[in-house]
Amino acid sequence: MSETTPSKLQKMIAAGHFAVTSEVGPPRSADGSVLEHKAKMIRDYVDAVNVTDNQTSVCRLCSLASVIRLKLMGLEPVLQMVTRDRNRIALQSDILGAASFGINNILCLTGDHQHFGDHASCANVFDLDSVQLIQTVKMMRDEGKLLGGHTFEVRPQMFIGCAANPFAGPNVALRVARVAKKVAAGAQFIQTQCIYNIPKFKEFMKMVVDRGLHEKVSILAGITPMKNVGMAKYMQKRVPGMDVPDEIIQRMGGVPKEKQAEEGINLAVEQIEELKSVEGIKGFHLMAIEWEEKVPEIVERVGLYPRPKLEA
Amino acid sequence: MIKAIGKPLEEIIGNVQDAGKVLVAGCDGCVTVCEAGGLKEAKVLASALRLYYTQAGKPAQVDEVSLTRQCDKEYLAQLSDRIDDYDAVISLACGAGCQFLTEMYNHKVVFPGVDTCFIGVNEERGYFTERCQACGRCILAETGGICPIARCSKRMLNGPCGGSDKGKCEVNPDIPCGWELIYERLKTLGQLDRFENPVAPKDWTSSRDGGPRKIVREDLRI
Repeated sequence: MSETTPSKLQKMIAAGHFAVTSEVGPPRSADGSVLEHKAKMIRDYVDAVNVTDNQTSVCRLCSLASVIRLKLMGLEPVLQMVTRDRNRIALQSDILGAASFGINNILCLTGDHQHFGDHASCANVFDLDSVQLIQTVKMMRDEGKLLGGHTFEVRPQMFIGCAANPFAGPNVALRVARVAKKVAAGAQFIQTQCIYNIPKFKEFMKMVVDRGLHEKVSILAGITPMKNVGMAKYMQKRVPGMDVPDEIIQRMGGVPKEKQAEEGINLAVEQIEELKSVEGIKGFHLMAIEWEEKVPEIVERVGLYPRPKLEA
Repeated sequence: MIKAIGKPLEEIIGNVQDAGKVLVAGCDGCVTVCEAGGLKEAKVLASALRLYYTQAGKPAQVDEVSLTRQCDKEYLAQLSDRIDDYDAVISLACGAGCQFLTEMYNHKVVFPGVDTCFIGVNEERGYFTERCQACGRCILAETGGICPIARCSKRMLNGPCGGSDKGKCEVNPDIPCGWELIYERLKTLGQLDRFENPVAPKDWTSSRDGGPRKIVREDLRI
């Protein structure tokens, strides 16, 4: 049993470098070349690439096939897995399948309710929740055991991650308590919700640090650059659990339309620079939604390129 | 009606073993009909708890009561002048009644005394079976009056599956195959044409899948 896995992301963090991860969203079709195209844009600028699992409950090419594709291209993928669509048999089966292709990172999520997606009338599963999925992966990795009791030899070597939303208020202490619960379940890294309200995020991090949780779990701050003021307003009003202060809206809206994208990148760069000095932050998770081509620029501007080379 | 079954005594004792004064609150509704949580069961449980406290050498007071319904505030209010006499309340109502009691007396520790099981019927005394899962959009008119959601283990809308054998469910030969029943019933009604029409994926938003549900009847709200 070992919590040290072959994960390059885990090694990067362990080596004391700020980790940089990003994500690609699979297409709503069978066109795998979309993933290859997105992956090529960012591969040299990040340590690992998440693939989202039917995010916002919109049906897409599956994350399992996607991470295998990225792995075969030589990237280090993070398999995102939600419990909304599969029961414990399917989840464990997919974890074994991913591990058989050398996938070493998993992000355990409950998933958005299907109400938000393109199949709102569907049944949901939620046999497990995110905390239970973390426990399950840990059990499979450390004990070589399935929830049903079967034991096996070749174990999935997963660096186990989860999400945290410091802004799903009003109670920040509750959000910190949930982080503690995920850590107790076995979470080793966290990729946070997109951060726009930095004072509130710092308040969250202070409570995390006061409880010593930052020593038990590596926290990667979630950054999503805004493309324009419309996106900022949409995230403020429409996306559950998102905290976009009015100043951000004003700043994005305060520049001409053709300059807003640039302003969004500037903002993301400033946020990263400020967050670098926050105790407990071990890296950054760049979620450039359908804007992957901007990841290299952001990484370069914050001085995190080239990525450090790990010793073999 | 809602069907429930009393929790094991050890589990209940585990919850109230350190409470000095306990009120066992039955409900005269569904749980009385299925003989899980009415006044009679409240008395039996209270006696068992008294015996436990006596044998354990713990001074205690256990009283019982049964409310007309625990899913109505006006009946729950009957406890308002005495609930503070107790350290803990054991509700023998269904999960809805138990929670409504908790909501009304937020400061009081309330434990469930029954496991709420399903919406079902009394086939015989002491023999209750499920008929409805409250999906919120009844399809009995299309399925010969027999619900495949409640009565098929896979809640298939186009059953039976290949595991159905001699009219019984693959999960357990004691369970009649819901779709076998539907087929026979449609045959009796001369409606077998319905059986061969593929049923489209169901809209589950009115079921549990859509989140906690409510009914707002403006015509009743004055």
